[in-house]
Amino acid sequence: MKTFTGKTLRWGWHEGIIELTLDHAPANEIGTAMLAELEKFVAALGALVPETSVCIIASARKAVFSAGGDLRELYATAAATPEKERSAGVRAFLERIHAVLNALDGAPFVTIAAVHGACLGGGLELALACDMIIADKMARFAFPELRLGFIPGFGGIPRLKRDLGNAFVRDLLFTGRTVNATRAQSVGLVAQLAGEGEALKIARSTAAQITKYDAVTRTAAKKFMKPIPHEELRREIDLFCELFTRPAVMAALKKFIEDSGPMPYLP
Amino acid sequence: MRTLEQTTQEVLDLAAKHFQLPAGSLAAGDDFFKKLGIDSLQTLEMLSRLENHFGIELPDYEVQGVSDFKTLAERIQSRL
Repeated sequence: MKTFTGKTLRWGWHEGIIELTLDHAPANEIGTAMLAELEKFVAALGALVPETSVCIIASARKAVFSAGGDLRELYATAAATPEKERSAGVRAFLERIHAVLNALDGAPFVTIAAVHGACLGGGLELALACDMIIADKMARFAFPELRLGFIPGFGGIPRLKRDLGNAFVRDLLFTGRTVNATRAQSVGLVAQLAGEGEALKIARSTAAQITKYDAVTRTAAKKFMKPIPHEELRREIDLFCELFTRPAVMAALKKFIEDSGPMPYLP
Repeated sequence: MRTLEQTTQEVLDLAAKHFQLPAGSLAAGDDFFKKLGIDSLQTLEMLSRLENHFGIELPDYEVQGVSDFKTLAERIQSRL
């Protein structure tokens, strides 16, 4: 399937380049609806692989790449689930999103996240599964999960650790603060900085360059330099589920979704 | 080195320019959330704009609870 338009995202293929566009109001939250369409995307990749060199993931929403996991849905689902079954429900969701992100992470073509605006939590985890992040200079990145009493659950810590120094990883996790694109580039999270509103354009020109190289060599190089940290990813799911069952998490989620303040991602 | 007054004025000018308000329409004591009507995503964008302009990092937790331009400028000043 070379083109698809769903409720939360769409994709198109043109001359060896797939563009996957997230477009789910208000802030590209990753819940069951987007997950189902991401699974559809991953399922469609098999047929596209032989003629694909690059996949660009971008957002059609104005001020955000993705605000991350859909916490409203997470809270509503958990609240409607008997306490003893909550962990299993969350685990099932995490297993599915991990399968999607592992497929993207190891895809036999180059993946680029063209990021503008806020790139938070699960949104950053989606970007981290890509080979390169090209960021608008106004973009901001954060892992605010600890404020809710759990850790990033879509593979964030293992992938961040794979790519960056632990000092920055701990700063990001323990403070929950957002960092700007310049800082993110200085620590190696962002590959290229784009001018305001230019991230997708820069990603397209980068993709056009990448398509010029031999596919076999490119795939071998990617496999060699970017191993998927499977063991740590498994442990992350276990730890997330362990932390998630604590009563404090439900209280924090409730507080978050009721917060209409300007910085709801901070406690 | 900028003075606090200069920093405050630059913050006011930056906000007025970005939100396309007439020069001089914002004052140091104004509540910028009310005056500019910004939401959480626009707050993040403004933070990036300020950091890029002043060449600093301004952690969110240092401006959490700050709502007027003067206090915001003081927080920026301490990072210059």
